[in-house]
Amino acid sequence: MPKREDIKRIMVVGSGPVVIGQAAEFDYSGVQACKVLLEEGYEVVLVNSNPATIMTDPEFATRTYVEPLLPGPVAAIIEKERPDALLPTLGGQTALNLAMDLSADGTLEKFGVELIGANRDAIIRGEDREVFRQVMTEAGIRIPWSITVESVEQALKELDEGDASLPAIIRPAFTMGGQGGGIAETRDELIEVVSKGIAASPIGQVLVEESVIGWGEFELEVMRDRNDNVVIICSIENVDPMGVHTGDSITVAPAQSLTDPVYQSLRDIAIAVIREVGVETGGSNVQFAVNPADGEIVVIEMNPRVSRSSALASKATGFPIAKMAAKLAVGYALEEIPNDITRATPASFEPTIDYVVTKIPRFAFEKFPGADEKLSTYMQSVGEVMSIGRTFRESFAKALASRELDSRPEVPESDNGLLNAIATPTPGRIDLVLAAFERGLTVEQVHEQAKIDPWFLRELELLATDGDGTGGLERIYNSVDTCAAEFEAATPYYYSSHEPEGSPSEIRRGEKESVVILGAGPNRIGQGIEFDYCCVHAAMTARECGRDAVMVNCNPETVSTDYDTSDRLYFEPLTLEHVLAVCEKEQPEGVIVMFGGQTPLKLAEGLKEAGINLLGTPVEAIDAAEDRGKFGALIDRLGIKPPPYGTALSAAEAEEIAAGIGYPLLVRPSFVLGGRAMEICYSTGDLKAYLDRHVKASPEHPLLLDRFLENAIEVDVDALCDGEEVFVAGIMQHVEEAGVHSGDSACVLPPMSIGQEMIDEIKQATTAIALELGVIGLINIQYALAGGELYVIEANPRASRTVPFVSKAIGIPLAKVATRIMLGQKLADQDLPEFTGDHVSVKEAVLPFSRFQGADSVLGPEMKSTGEVIGIGPDFPTAFGKAQAAAGVSLPESGAVFISVTDTDKAAATQLAAQLHDLGFEILATTGTAQAISRMGTPVRAINKIAEGSPHVVDMIEEQHCDLVINTPTGSGARADGYEIRSAAIRHGIPSVTTLTGASAAVRAMAARANGSGEVKSLQELHAR
Amino acid sequence: MSEATAGYVLLEDGSRFDGILCGATEGGVGEVVFNTAMTGYQEAVTDPSYAGQIITFTYTMIGNYGVSAGAMESGAAHARGVIMRDARNNSDAASAEGGWLDWLEANGVWAITGVNTRALVRHIRDKGAMRGGIFPASLSTGDAMARIEAEPTMAGSDFASQVSPEAPIEHDGSGPHVVALDTGIKASIVNQFLERDCRVTLLPCLTPAEEVMAREPDLLFLANGPGDPAAVSAVTETVRELIGTRPMVGICLGHQLLSRAVGLETFKLPFGHRGSNHPVKDLETGVIEITSQNHGFAVVGPDGKGTIENDEPVRWQTGHGEAVLSHINLYDRTVEGLRLPDAKAMTVQHHPEAGPGPRDARHLFDRFLDLAKEG
Repeated sequence: MPKREDIKRIMVVGSGPVVIGQAAEFDYSGVQACKVLLEEGYEVVLVNSNPATIMTDPEFATRTYVEPLLPGPVAAIIEKERPDALLPTLGGQTALNLAMDLSADGTLEKFGVELIGANRDAIIRGEDREVFRQVMTEAGIRIPWSITVESVEQALKELDEGDASLPAIIRPAFTMGGQGGGIAETRDELIEVVSKGIAASPIGQVLVEESVIGWGEFELEVMRDRNDNVVIICSIENVDPMGVHTGDSITVAPAQSLTDPVYQSLRDIAIAVIREVGVETGGSNVQFAVNPADGEIVVIEMNPRVSRSSALASKATGFPIAKMAAKLAVGYALEEIPNDITRATPASFEPTIDYVVTKIPRFAFEKFPGADEKLSTYMQSVGEVMSIGRTFRESFAKALASRELDSRPEVPESDNGLLNAIATPTPGRIDLVLAAFERGLTVEQVHEQAKIDPWFLRELELLATDGDGTGGLERIYNSVDTCAAEFEAATPYYYSSHEPEGSPSEIRRGEKESVVILGAGPNRIGQGIEFDYCCVHAAMTARECGRDAVMVNCNPETVSTDYDTSDRLYFEPLTLEHVLAVCEKEQPEGVIVMFGGQTPLKLAEGLKEAGINLLGTPVEAIDAAEDRGKFGALIDRLGIKPPPYGTALSAAEAEEIAAGIGYPLLVRPSFVLGGRAMEICYSTGDLKAYLDRHVKASPEHPLLLDRFLENAIEVDVDALCDGEEVFVAGIMQHVEEAGVHSGDSACVLPPMSIGQEMIDEIKQATTAIALELGVIGLINIQYALAGGELYVIEANPRASRTVPFVSKAIGIPLAKVATRIMLGQKLADQDLPEFTGDHVSVKEAVLPFSRFQGADSVLGPEMKSTGEVIGIGPDFPTAFGKAQAAAGVSLPESGAVFISVTDTDKAAATQLAAQLHDLGFEILATTGTAQAISRMGTPVRAINKIAEGSPHVVDMIEEQHCDLVINTPTGSGARADGYEIRSAAIRHGIPSVTTLTGASAAVRAMAARANGSGEVKSLQELHAR
Repeated sequence: MSEATAGYVLLEDGSRFDGILCGATEGGVGEVVFNTAMTGYQEAVTDPSYAGQIITFTYTMIGNYGVSAGAMESGAAHARGVIMRDARNNSDAASAEGGWLDWLEANGVWAITGVNTRALVRHIRDKGAMRGGIFPASLSTGDAMARIEAEPTMAGSDFASQVSPEAPIEHDGSGPHVVALDTGIKASIVNQFLERDCRVTLLPCLTPAEEVMAREPDLLFLANGPGDPAAVSAVTETVRELIGTRPMVGICLGHQLLSRAVGLETFKLPFGHRGSNHPVKDLETGVIEITSQNHGFAVVGPDGKGTIENDEPVRWQTGHGEAVLSHINLYDRTVEGLRLPDAKAMTVQHHPEAGPGPRDARHLFDRFLDLAKEG
């Protein structure tokens, strides 16, 4: 069947901000889909609120909307654009849920929009656990017993009546990454987990399910076309047995421990499942548990859409699932699509591989002190690495190296202690297992504790005692070809492997000069999809500039590791050894280390020493910007001030310097990512506590101390420099208080409350610093404005986290311009227009607190957000409101607002209270604030501070008598009260604002919404020239 | 498992691939082929169709789940040797009754691991399957080459009569009587018939036609088997005598023998089809099935070419009426199945019984039995 001619315009929905459980993989799948649909001649209307995605680059769609992924705004886009069809299966759970909402509220029917890829019934059959259970039972497919409950009482009744038993798994309906679920082994745990799960489910429903903890966990990636032909793309085996969310498990492909009959049974069942659920076309993922004792198989769940696992399966096999899913959705059959890699064979086949793929998740528990590191059935990892090797050991060792861990878990001294630690799944368990084998503990002993399949344990034992098995062999490069070399591969997707001396490499390197771009490695907090965005732009630009783009990266979730992105992709760990080996083969014109965050920067020195040409800003400039002394001298020469600061090489020196600078102080170790271990100290006591808790300041690990400027306005600047000229691309004003990490702070472009004179001063300072450092490419500078003075906080002569946001806000792709500069072009050649748009763009951070039980949920100098959204509007309130909505913060339309502010904010707060009152809100306030508000004639209800006893403000929040919290804390004492308020608000999903500017913005957004300014504009319209 | 001994694979064109001997270590020669399936190593080695051959497993970790009686496709190992990248001797799996390398050694199957199998496979893919051997490093390549050259080539080799049983084997059943000319039948084929309540009789492949008919078959079955179909002309002759008398079906070698019996030609594929992932389109239903494959020869199309251009049921004229293409391989567009309506015969080149491999095409056994009912 050829492609459909009856549809012309297709809406593609992205997955929104990067959150745990839904990350860059949906940018990868969305980009593939958009490219395919455009190539096929369809018009693509893309909606996604995440500016850090490649898919929201205007060239990937006919119309690109960076709007909140909520029924209201998307319905407005549908009304305006009138798409014929909506493709909801490539934007994760967010897109699927949104499509269901638009279907349920009649929008799709009203505007005649057809769901393609999966229809409403199939989505319900796959996603609604009760319906899924019925469908599977009717088809004779064994699934664990399960009971849907909508209250704790109901769950206890089922338990008492014997229809449920413990241990049991609790899974909330319609959530992603298993959020809000867990394992209950006792009656008390059942009560706790069920109530949390009901709260997490948008429909207040959870499934209490038979526990198959300890069984082997497997996944099959399945594709089906219109003709009902079904193929399995990849099998994946979890090293961690059932009980750990597959996103948090170490997994390998293909399945290692299954006999042919058991594997074929999984295959048959997976095919039956996709047919029964009725996914018409596209990819699905089916998860199984297999009892290792007798091979009994149960189906755990299926996702009727492209998933994180399908991104992994695509990278693992070379079969581009999302691309194929998009083609199938518009009517093609598998047999009509050529296999991308061989070009000679059709896509209606099953890939077979001749290597082993390992995926290891990357966690961020160190960012959330107090969080329980035990892994469970809800996902907590923030990223992952993938590696390819010919043998399990080689593959696994490469994956371990790719992790870039800052620290390894402490290994208990006693054997019993070690074995006990191994019994609990944690991020560091694999390191403990290896330590146990190094110590001579046996496979049987470790298996007893961890329940990991003995096959894996024997391999890990070999790895621990005998190394990765590459000794005496030569490093060569093989291609990923979907067919184990049965056919010739046309696609240059490579991995290194070790084979006997004289073995051939398969690299096809033409005569063109090549540019090696080093990626950002695993996503983590502080180094996310923004950097992958920059790397992809670098690759696109290198090609445009007549070079072969060569990508090196180990993150399977990304667009950069799509083999279409570059001329040659090396799926390799980002270590000096592996990068140098690639350079030896490539003999590149140069290597770009400026776009992948700290990961490639850490390699810069070593690459330079090895004689590799680094493109762009020289290493010396990076050093000059990061070395306090050198940078201090540099800006001093330019007449630009930093806040008072010092560098301590010992604890004693730290206290001495602190006394000289004065408190409050911002303290951090040098060379850190995302504000790791950065804190504000308000007193000597705070500083001493910090030194005890964290880094022991030493000559090798200097400690940086800066005066923290309270009530300052923070400003982020992204600029381009070619060595002669500077283009100040974006000046962003932070909405949050100073002291909140820039990555966690909302910001607005253009700035809202900075005068032209100061803007000119910022531009001059930026220009002077960039030129003085000798930047060739991008630079990001952070400033603070306090008392009418401009202070430089830090300069980073590389791509920053805000590059994609600025690029989208002003309509100039900064990373592309920077790449051209690195390749020798001048700014003057590129004719960049000054930003003159009359729209306002707001970036807001998205935080993962609800994922980490027990973690402190307060913002500070250490970055904690996983992703970001953009809101664009004609004015700040509208843009801010959109950004909040996109970030999942639902500003209330009515109800009560709690206000508690510091004395300096009281005057402004009374104004806000009056406005809120006019909007129809009830005002709640603590005594002091209430008096101030009351004096201005606004009705207010006074409530207790925590110290004044119940019923106090936290009780009000707990009982949900409050719909918005405005709380501006300063200093450590006031902050402590704020912590409780914020934590309670986050627990109950109540938006809370901690700055007056933020509050004012929120109130103005609420007012703007009340006035109904709901116009939607595409990026193409905004940036039309 | 014996002490690690250096060894190598040598091909008749002089290509050499080093490794470490395991399994039976004396080494020897055969036709070197490759199999791309990721599971089912024991099934492959015990499949009589691999007689005379040395299997290169493209998947790198082989032996992971040990060996078991349930995975035997016949009573013995038939492949002469196996070439692997990273062989294992584990027996931890609940279903394992022993370790793979111990089993290879006990069954006299030569084996070598640590070989760059991917380079070897790419070589065979480009140059074609060829003779070769597994040798200890102590043997000079000159001596090894002499041994390779002494081995007859696969084209023209009759292995089928070597793997055929000496006496009839009977399996009871209440349903139709399937009488097979056993050129090396796989247990999975027999099991598929038995699961459908058939009575199954396996006859030595050189059994004369009248003795076959004396068994009163409801369905004549032509089995899979090793070697060149052109080299077993005696069996082809028997098939020619039998065709048209009773409904007849064939799998793999059986498909080739039936084709030859009605006058069609067979040819040697460059490197054969061996694996679990080949897409085959059923031209009668339009359904694409992922199939288990193991063959080195194929049937020539009606226009004298090895490949069929379109997904259409092209026809051959034969002495028994028309032969209609029923199945086509979507990888290389070779013939995968025929139907001869006048002769009440149908055949497939691939392995619908699976074992190892996907079970998508198992329903063909129902089609076979429908044919028997018509008879």
